[in-house]
Amino acid sequence: MVADSPLQSITLFHVGPVPVTEMVVTTWGIIVVLGGLCWWSSRRLELRPSGWQALLELVVETIEHQIEEIVGEDPRSYVGLLGTLFIYLVVANLVELIPGLRSPTAHLETPAALAGIVFLSVHVFGVRERGILGYLKSYARPNILLLPLNVISEITRTFSLMVRLFGNIMSHGIIIAIVITLAGLLVPVPLMALSIVIGVVQAYIFAILATVFVGAAVSGEKL
Amino acid sequence: MTIQMLSVIGAVVAVSFGAIGPAFAEGRGLASAVEAIARQPESANVISRTLFVGLAMIETMAIYCLVVALLLLYANPYT
Repeated sequence: MVADSPLQSITLFHVGPVPVTEMVVTTWGIIVVLGGLCWWSSRRLELRPSGWQALLELVVETIEHQIEEIVGEDPRSYVGLLGTLFIYLVVANLVELIPGLRSPTAHLETPAALAGIVFLSVHVFGVRERGILGYLKSYARPNILLLPLNVISEITRTFSLMVRLFGNIMSHGIIIAIVITLAGLLVPVPLMALSIVIGVVQAYIFAILATVFVGAAVSGEKL
Repeated sequence: MTIQMLSVIGAVVAVSFGAIGPAFAEGRGLASAVEAIARQPESANVISRTLFVGLAMIETMAIYCLVVALLLLYANPYT
């Protein structure tokens, strides 16, 4: 075998009976770094932003604008979840570029957790916007006969959200590992540059699909 | 033939044939999106967003094949 099994993860230590794996520690690191960065940059906010604050505002406004275009409503109640998902995924996919670290999204568990969050929050947003009955009614559209298909699509789209992120990031890691063992030191550098593009695009696709799901639940129309 | 050899052959067949369909589909989708953008450059934003979402949906089929191959190689229930 060229690489270790991508379906297993390395256990670093145990907290009581719970094993703590490598990617959980990486995720903690990302949380600390991103949270610290946000805390540090929101300490001195000015009315007339300059430099760093202007850059951050540009990022937030771009995300808000994208969400507003898809959902078609005031995006402020969705930016918290969807923007955090996007920024976290960009960092998590690109953390592989730092030597010694491995991307937490290259194992099945992190994408599964994120897809689970999206799955639950879609229902929460839908119920909050349209009420329980109104939200449940959207499953019987356009016809009551399509109810089972709507329920199935709810599950399969969450599953494919998870598998897509995991498959893309993990398979690119395996490709780089294979090329390193076959060709040597400097040959996989262009492939690693490509992995930057793939990481950002997959984060964008994950966030956009989550936004589309939320928008569909809020507007009551099934995909 | 042992079950390991069969699994490896199955993984190869799954990925190679499973990649053909999505490759054709993504090519066609991309071609029509480029045509649409060339005709109406002002709607490039909406078109490229729809294209990304659509490509992701199509790509899912190839990724499913990849997952089947990985299951055969690393998590085979019969070995």
